[in-house]
Amino acid sequence: MSHGAPRGANSAPSQRPLADTRAPDEGDGVDTSPGVSDRIAKTTCYMCACRCGIDVHIKDGKVRYINGNKDHPVNRGVICGKGSAGIMQHYSPARLKKPLLRSGPRGSGEFREIEWEEAFSIATERLSAIRRSDPKKLAFFTGRDQSQSLTGWWASQFGTPNFAAHGGFCSVNMAAGGLYTIGGSFWEFGEPDWDNTKYFMLFGVAEDHDSNPIKIGLGKLKARGAKVVSINPCRTGYNAIADDWIGIRPGTDGLFVLALVHELLKAGRVDLDYLLRYTNAHVLVIQEPGAADDGLFVRDAAGHPLAWDRVAKTTVRAADPNAKPALTGSHTVNGRRCVPVFQLLADRYLNDSYSPDAVAGRCGVSADTIRRIAAELAHVAFEQAIELPVAWTDWAGRRHETIKGRPISMHAMRGISAHSNGFHTCRAIHLLQVLLGTVDVPGGFRFKPPYPRPAPPGPKPAGKDVRPMTPLEGMPLGFVCGPDDLLVDGAGTPTRIDKAYSWEAPLAAHGLMHSVIRNAWAGDPYPIDTLLMYMSNMAWNSSMNTVETIRMLTDKDASGDYKIPFIIYSDAYYSETVPFADLVLPDTTYLERHDCISLLDRPISHADGPGDAIRHPVVEPDRDVRPFQSVMIELGARLGLPGFVNADGLAKYRDYADYIVNHERTPGIGPLAGWRGKDGSSIGRGEANPDQLQRYIDNGGFWHHDFSADQRYYKMGNRAYLDFAAEMGFIAKAEPIVFQLYSEPMQRFRLAARGHGKVQPPAAERGRIEAYMDPLPFWYAPFEEDAVDLEQYPLHALTQRPMHMYHSWGSQNAWLRQITSQNRLFVHAKTAADLGLVDDDWVWIESVNGRVKGQIKLVDGVNPDTVWTWNAIGKRRGSWGLKDDAAESNRGFLLNHIIGDQTAADASGKRYSNSDPVTGQAAWFDVRVRIVKCAAEEAGFTEPQFERFREPPRFQPSPDMLQFGAEFRMKREAAE
Amino acid sequence: MTCLPAQTDKKLGLVIDLDTCVGCQACVTACKEWNTGGHMAPLTDIDPYGGHVDGVWFNRVHAYEHTTEMGGRTVNFPRSCLHCETPACVTVCPTGASYKRASDGIVLVDEDKCIGCKLCSWACPYGAREFDTQVGVMKKCTLCVDRIYNDNLAEEDRVPACVAACPTSARHFGDLGDPASAVSQLVTARGGVDLMPELGYRPTNKYLPPRAHTERAAKVPAPALEPVRAEGGFLGWIDRMLSN
Amino acid sequence: MHPAFSVVFFTTATGAGYGLLALLGVLGGLGFVEPDFWLGLVGMGLALGLIAAGLLSSAGHLGRPERAWRAFSQWRSSWLSREGVSSVATFIPAGLFGIGWVFLGRSGGWVAVAGLLAAVGAVATVCTTGMIYASLKPIAQWHSRFTLPGYLIFSAMTGGVLFNALLQGFGGGSRAVLAFALVLTLLGWGWKLATWRHNDELEIPTTANTATGLAGGTVRSLEWPHTEENYLLKEMGFRIARKHSAKLRRITQALAFALPALLLAGAFVLTWPAAAVLSVIAALLQLAGMLVERWLFFAEAKHTVTLYYGR
Repeated sequence: MSHGAPRGANSAPSQRPLADTRAPDEGDGVDTSPGVSDRIAKTTCYMCACRCGIDVHIKDGKVRYINGNKDHPVNRGVICGKGSAGIMQHYSPARLKKPLLRSGPRGSGEFREIEWEEAFSIATERLSAIRRSDPKKLAFFTGRDQSQSLTGWWASQFGTPNFAAHGGFCSVNMAAGGLYTIGGSFWEFGEPDWDNTKYFMLFGVAEDHDSNPIKIGLGKLKARGAKVVSINPCRTGYNAIADDWIGIRPGTDGLFVLALVHELLKAGRVDLDYLLRYTNAHVLVIQEPGAADDGLFVRDAAGHPLAWDRVAKTTVRAADPNAKPALTGSHTVNGRRCVPVFQLLADRYLNDSYSPDAVAGRCGVSADTIRRIAAELAHVAFEQAIELPVAWTDWAGRRHETIKGRPISMHAMRGISAHSNGFHTCRAIHLLQVLLGTVDVPGGFRFKPPYPRPAPPGPKPAGKDVRPMTPLEGMPLGFVCGPDDLLVDGAGTPTRIDKAYSWEAPLAAHGLMHSVIRNAWAGDPYPIDTLLMYMSNMAWNSSMNTVETIRMLTDKDASGDYKIPFIIYSDAYYSETVPFADLVLPDTTYLERHDCISLLDRPISHADGPGDAIRHPVVEPDRDVRPFQSVMIELGARLGLPGFVNADGLAKYRDYADYIVNHERTPGIGPLAGWRGKDGSSIGRGEANPDQLQRYIDNGGFWHHDFSADQRYYKMGNRAYLDFAAEMGFIAKAEPIVFQLYSEPMQRFRLAARGHGKVQPPAAERGRIEAYMDPLPFWYAPFEEDAVDLEQYPLHALTQRPMHMYHSWGSQNAWLRQITSQNRLFVHAKTAADLGLVDDDWVWIESVNGRVKGQIKLVDGVNPDTVWTWNAIGKRRGSWGLKDDAAESNRGFLLNHIIGDQTAADASGKRYSNSDPVTGQAAWFDVRVRIVKCAAEEAGFTEPQFERFREPPRFQPSPDMLQFGAEFRMKREAAE
Repeated sequence: MTCLPAQTDKKLGLVIDLDTCVGCQACVTACKEWNTGGHMAPLTDIDPYGGHVDGVWFNRVHAYEHTTEMGGRTVNFPRSCLHCETPACVTVCPTGASYKRASDGIVLVDEDKCIGCKLCSWACPYGAREFDTQVGVMKKCTLCVDRIYNDNLAEEDRVPACVAACPTSARHFGDLGDPASAVSQLVTARGGVDLMPELGYRPTNKYLPPRAHTERAAKVPAPALEPVRAEGGFLGWIDRMLSN
Repeated sequence: MHPAFSVVFFTTATGAGYGLLALLGVLGGLGFVEPDFWLGLVGMGLALGLIAAGLLSSAGHLGRPERAWRAFSQWRSSWLSREGVSSVATFIPAGLFGIGWVFLGRSGGWVAVAGLLAAVGAVATVCTTGMIYASLKPIAQWHSRFTLPGYLIFSAMTGGVLFNALLQGFGGGSRAVLAFALVLTLLGWGWKLATWRHNDELEIPTTANTATGLAGGTVRSLEWPHTEENYLLKEMGFRIARKHSAKLRRITQALAFALPALLLAGAFVLTWPAAAVLSVIAALLQLAGMLVERWLFFAEAKHTVTLYYGR
């Protein structure tokens, strides 16, 4: 954060009021000082996952106005298009009003209202029976949940390993790729040094995730005239303002990045000093094909990785600060050939297959452009290096008088991760950053605490041993370090319903929510009893292959029972998924609830210091709804789950607010880090403080701790930072974090595939494990490209989220839906001309998985082999409080219909989840399509169409007119 | 009074940076949210959940593709009242409802006088006027006249809602009549332009053109990379570097 | 521009009404047309009826018609206000003239003065109407030297043809009036053709480039700010296909000019009652044709705001 900058209306100090803000004497009777609100409640936004601080102005008991909280470290007073429209979300006509029990067939929308007591007893009875017999028959998947530390713990206490949130179909590649490489990742775990960077590369970032911080940052770059380079098939949003837009072909970013690596290596433009200090570049790797430890690190007896000292000509601990490690060569240790990681890396990427000329055609980027970008990176990194005049001490006790930085920063998101090669591409981007020496340095990519953590961080996923009435030994999600950590049985069969941490998705750190419905329907690897979901539109835009998914949700077995026996769903709104639930638990809006944005969960820290935040009810619900987290806490107590009841069997926590304050995950560490201890004087660790929530409210809804100047950079090896991090419990020990250019855990999987170790893949999985668990990043074609006839399906199809929408939520918002209520398919003008298409034509968009109809819009700013559309605009009739003639259900379309949820069958007939083979990340953006002009009589409306949902009981038709705000003016003027 | 003031004490307006605007719609909904309860409340939405939704908005963001021989760029373009110095929307008004303030140059509509003839919207080349069919009067951007002088807001918050919201700082507010003001200097430094200058409305708001493909574009003067010329190639170079 | 029926009807009806009023006022007041109760009643009724209907129709176009009185206040700057003042003011001499000429059966003297003042008021009102459109810079097709004369010519033409039909209908037609109507119809035709030609060749300096300040090259609309049509598009974004427009131009020419001219020429050679029948048909056809002309006047006018929407 900038310090001492003049205070403006928001993050930009230039946004100042007039020098004299006294109203001039115009004499026109305008009231220039109307009262704004009776009170201002400061809480946290939930219009997307960015979690900005907001000031909610309450007037006459209604929400008058929401603006950004100027003190909040995430948004510094700005607010996005969604945030300002929060009023319309809060008053949405699609809000659920009371618990519902299905009364008609699944998917019809026929429900009867029930009391909460009945809802609780239905759920308790069902879940209690599961817990007594086989806890894994409960699959608990929570979508865009911001309370995973609670929900994951709930699952763990229940005893089911079948828990995850939506990360598997969102951006687990980005998270896992980063965590296994540098112990942090983009967005929640790191950010560019916006104040110092001179050259910013943006990979595959649509207009979502970390929305306001990126925008604030781009504003800073633009104000300074720093260069912005975007690598993205689409030239919209952030990419529109890039100084250099590289319209790459989807799924080839890894190739582009490794060509940059090739150029930099060839020219000797890498930061060797940085590599030796902060990475495993010098660690020796055993080179003995066939051996059980081939490709693993050479370690000493204590298990410390070794390097080759080029002066002493012997091995030395890689971490020894006094060593003179070799980066190249072949060395013999105990009679075995070993080479440093860097030698392997150079051997791979200096190969001509990664030269700009070799990759240009495939990437759709000219070799000259690749060479120019490489030259610019080298120039900025090495000729425009910066130094901050701040002394600091590294982990080994060496004092540095300044903080040196190479001012290149990068950010990447879903365009990278939503491919079946996304994990390796993400690793490649981190490799590029590390070679340039730009991670956690001034001007580079910076970690946000509690990151960095060891790569990969602990703990490992729990769930190997599932027993009735028994909690898991840990949390369901974690990080595996080798085959021994997988959740598979002796035959290699997955333990989890989503097959996470199995041979099909070994590093599935966020689970595979997108596989749950299919697997539960197929009983593969086993049937379940109850699917409990929260806030994820799995019967519509959160699933691939929507048509089939809907069928699976409603499919019955021979005896006439649903194949997925029972579905409990909690949501605040009447989404497309609600009608498929048997029991609906209505949630509150974000202005009616407690929440905590916890360091234990998905943090909102700033690179300059950790932070967390709360939500608290700023208005009372006007319907019979309850916050989901409080419902889960009560359900936990009714089930008698350990952790949710006291020794006397009574509920341990009154509600979520009580849990937030009093729950301790480990002694002294709870959901919130601020104002701990009886008197609120501690941070990070300390006893529960009964006044903690009030202290948060008094502070504007958040807590933020500012690092001292010497703690802010080189966190992976900064003594002052590491000590603080250990004290706070971010890391177990104050030891340096070593960047894993070469990933030993991945090599362990390869060795298993080669027949080593006690846990080995079934024969059918060995080829896949061998191929994709490569310890160094590499590029391979996205799976669908190899599986379909590219002449038949010559185009890539992508979706982007408009900046003013968040998933499917925006369409119920009277203001936001006006901006986009129909999504067009954007087609390059030349591509359209070749197909004989003109603006506004209606086309069939066809993939191997099906076809969907939409209207096109010609565009120049897109990779010519790519078509794209705005995501989740198309809606099913009867949902979201929309009228039957709404554009969303008549002209808007959902690309999900034609994205397969499985890969093509392999030689053995096996089909995998359409996901990254390493992490299980849904490969949304692999899909290949063709577009065909539809017949004249087919134009004007989208297909496929689905039966209209009935509205739940007591649903009022949405109003024909809104005059929100008229009442404030009337009251104001009446008072005058 | 629809005759224009001979001159105004201040020329309050906005400077919009097209080089920085990402088209996020933050200014659009912030404006809607403030103003639907503000001076011109409400900003009526007709058929808000149906197929012919049509609301009153004072600020709308377009997206264009600008293509020259130097290359192409996508341009996000916020459009709102420019508070012109010679606004025909004011002079055509038959009732005196439209007026330009002599003090700060803000163009306003006095709703109580408006008969809803819509002629001002015809006279505005920029589409800045928004008719509220439900109330039957013309509405428009007030430059947040109920914020910029509002004693009930903290001093630093007294800027238009769109400016306070803008996450990229692509919107700037100030006195464009004062050559020393930050906004005037920004306009000079970045070559700010008027929209449709040929029509002679003399808009107060200025737009800063995108810099890509122009001399103002950010550049890195990087020489082409040369392969290392050391004995033993790249690996030889490494060894030499490490032994230094 | 959206060709709202209220405005199309208003300008056409008041144009004809004021034209007729001016002719009645001058020729009746000065005694060139002898006072005749039924002729006067029908003629003045028609003129004032057209004017009143037009004004009512335009008031129906208002969002708040009950405040219409406010429109008289800003005559110093606003052509619309001037039109309001002028139109209402014209009712006074027109009313006096009507009383004198129709009910008292007098001409000359104060009736002539009232008639002449009514004529002046009629011309002035038509001028203000023309200027409302001619003064609008955002609409190049209107902001032209053709607009004001056009309004005057069409007012005189429709008024003249009506006047002729009126006289013919009451058996008091004359070749001079027929010739006057015919010549004005031909003049109107010529003026309309010249206007269309001018508009078709118009080089409008305002483009998507100047509208956005993006210099050079092309500026293409990629996305509107809102999916559905808004007020601006409904009011000013009207588009008419070239084919459709050409067809309507032919209809205009036939109904408003060619057929009336032929009929009037026919009336010229025929005698009463055939001449009267032709004259009345000519007037009716021309009014219908002028409604189409006025519809096109709006439909073919392109407002600069459409540039923002890529139209």
